[in-house]
Amino acid sequence: MTEQKKDSLKKPLSRREMLKLTGVAGLGLLLGGGGASGLMALGRKKSPASAVEQASPNDKGLPFYGKHQAGIITPAQDFICFAAFDVTAGSADDLRRLFKNWTAAAAPMAAGEMIGEHNTTLNTPPTDTGEAAGLTPSRTTLTFGVGPSLFDGRFGLQGRKPKGLRDLPAFAGDALDPQWCGGDLCVQVCADDMQVAFHAIRNLARIARGHAVLRWTQEGFQRTGRADPAGGTPRNLLGFKDGTGNPDTTDAVLMDQTVWAQPADGPGWMAGGSYMAVRRVRMRVEVWDRSTLKDQEATFGRHRDSGAPLGSRGEFDPVDLKAKSADGQPVIPATSHLRLAKGDGSQQILRRSYSYSSGLDAKTGQLDAGLLFISYQRDLEKQFIPIQKRLAKNDKLNEYTVHTGSAVFACFPGIMNGGYIGDTLI
Amino acid sequence: MKKILALPAVVLATSVLLAACGNNEAATDKAETPAAQSENQTSTETTDVADQEAAGSDYTTAVDGYRTFAIEQIDEFVKQTEKFTDAVKAGDLETAKSLYAPARMYYERIEPVAEALGDLDPNIDARDGDVEAADWRGFHRIEKALWEDKTTEGMTDFADTLLSDAKLLRAKVETMDIDASLMVTGAVELLNEVSSSKVTGEEERYSHTDLYDFAANVEGAREIYNLLKDDLAAKDKDLNQQIADRFDALEKELAPFKDGDGYVSYEKLKDEDVKKLSQNLDALAEPLSNMGQVLGV
Repeated sequence: MTEQKKDSLKKPLSRREMLKLTGVAGLGLLLGGGGASGLMALGRKKSPASAVEQASPNDKGLPFYGKHQAGIITPAQDFICFAAFDVTAGSADDLRRLFKNWTAAAAPMAAGEMIGEHNTTLNTPPTDTGEAAGLTPSRTTLTFGVGPSLFDGRFGLQGRKPKGLRDLPAFAGDALDPQWCGGDLCVQVCADDMQVAFHAIRNLARIARGHAVLRWTQEGFQRTGRADPAGGTPRNLLGFKDGTGNPDTTDAVLMDQTVWAQPADGPGWMAGGSYMAVRRVRMRVEVWDRSTLKDQEATFGRHRDSGAPLGSRGEFDPVDLKAKSADGQPVIPATSHLRLAKGDGSQQILRRSYSYSSGLDAKTGQLDAGLLFISYQRDLEKQFIPIQKRLAKNDKLNEYTVHTGSAVFACFPGIMNGGYIGDTLI
Repeated sequence: MKKILALPAVVLATSVLLAACGNNEAATDKAETPAAQSENQTSTETTDVADQEAAGSDYTTAVDGYRTFAIEQIDEFVKQTEKFTDAVKAGDLETAKSLYAPARMYYERIEPVAEALGDLDPNIDARDGDVEAADWRGFHRIEKALWEDKTTEGMTDFADTLLSDAKLLRAKVETMDIDASLMVTGAVELLNEVSSSKVTGEEERYSHTDLYDFAANVEGAREIYNLLKDDLAAKDKDLNQQIADRFDALEKELAPFKDGDGYVSYEKLKDEDVKKLSQNLDALAEPLSNMGQVLGV
């Protein structure tokens, strides 16, 4: 792209300026210049010769269809784009149509393909917005769920609401802002490329127009695979490894016990799905950065460097909650995040969190950064809620964090080939 | 002033040159891309047929109808602008203020036409900062004097130029090429205008009469749609219904803000009102942008 055209993309032009430019651009197109060949290439698959060296061997993307939705036990990708929607459509038919239309867009996007057929017709808006054209599938997953508010009277779904699907109770210290709470629907898009992830949310929002509107969104990141080829446990923005205690997602029996809703749990339409808790947790990084390392480690109950439980050496060393120091105090403090999160070990959840950074808090000039906490569980009331209650009450980490957003969603079971998102529900 | 992002406009303007090439590419694209159908796309299944029929499609009636509409609007625009500029020149601040927004509505309804006439649009409708300070004139220049400086002093020349620009617009519109394509893109442009400056309160930053412009832009888009809807219904009933429903929904959202013959001040809108109007507008503009594809223009 020429400098002139690059500039011209940035600023709006008056019609007169546009007409002047048209001559130049038209010439470029006729000569097969960069702009034109770029446009024409939309929709073509990447030729092997142009694939970047580091492209994932899993070039066809992750399967969109299957027994469970992708994006739940899938190893976490580098980026997330999360969106909650409010449904504005008035009828169950309209909602079903939205789910079908979303399916028709989500499946190609997971495969790294463009949406729709009209991407080279010059006199109409393209059916795909184009910013992911030519990019690899980037392990994109799209995970869809419904919030408790969808089961009000609008769609005749009152009788199908899962018992445990309701807004989370108020936890001590919550400072929830409605602009990051709730939603009739959610879409969690994860990908190894932010542009690819954003593209998915943007197109889903576009397709939803007239049927659903965005309620809130949050982007998030982890260290990338390239930055950490060994694939260690990611660190949160407080500098500590986060997720060491996660259950083993390759253990199918364990996943059935902790993550996947079972047929007997009811309702039937959720069998194979999972309940998602989302919390937007702002970290007071300025305050944290002024705390001593000793305090920081006591807060988490782990060594910062290794991620090992306090008093141990290796990250995955068994956690010994009984260990006492010379002065008779527990080595892992009673109010540490590790101890409270673990409890008696009877509740487990699958955490799938991402860090976020959303610029400045304009009021204070401090960073608005933290954690987009996401967890999946078979039962919110038996798993997430008791853990969060313990943490909210006593966690020393609460000095440094504030929960600003909250939502729960019932994520559908997997979509079978030929089916559509939510087809077990509606 | 009416702004257009450069890229889509350039692509549109060059589409004629590339028509043959584009068709070939579309065929290639289809072979390689699995059919995915969002609601917007289902409405375009008939497009290939529409493309073939495009040469044979005759939109003369719609185009003539639009020309008539545009001329009526501009005639009235000149009349109302004259009343407004008379009040400005007479130093009648309150009367000038009351005539400002209603006069502008006639212009706002036919914005795509005015835009196509080069310098006239910035001369009539540029906002502060859109043009070099020395070149700034037209409605918004006077708006600033009336509402911010609270005087008509020094506005006589601006009033005279505005009226002569309006008359020039009236003269030029007779000679203008209007075709179905201008109508279709114009309808979307009108809504894009609302989306980028009216719904945000940036257009009428001193008088806060943005909702007048908002309503007029939507009315202008609806007029175009009304002229084309029978053709559209014949080719894609669902899309036609969807557009009609969403015009209704948007007008319903706007209705509570009516105030007598006009509209309430933009400052009375709450954040949630702005959001709802904006979302209804997007919901309408998206299917409207597919109208041209279906009509094959």
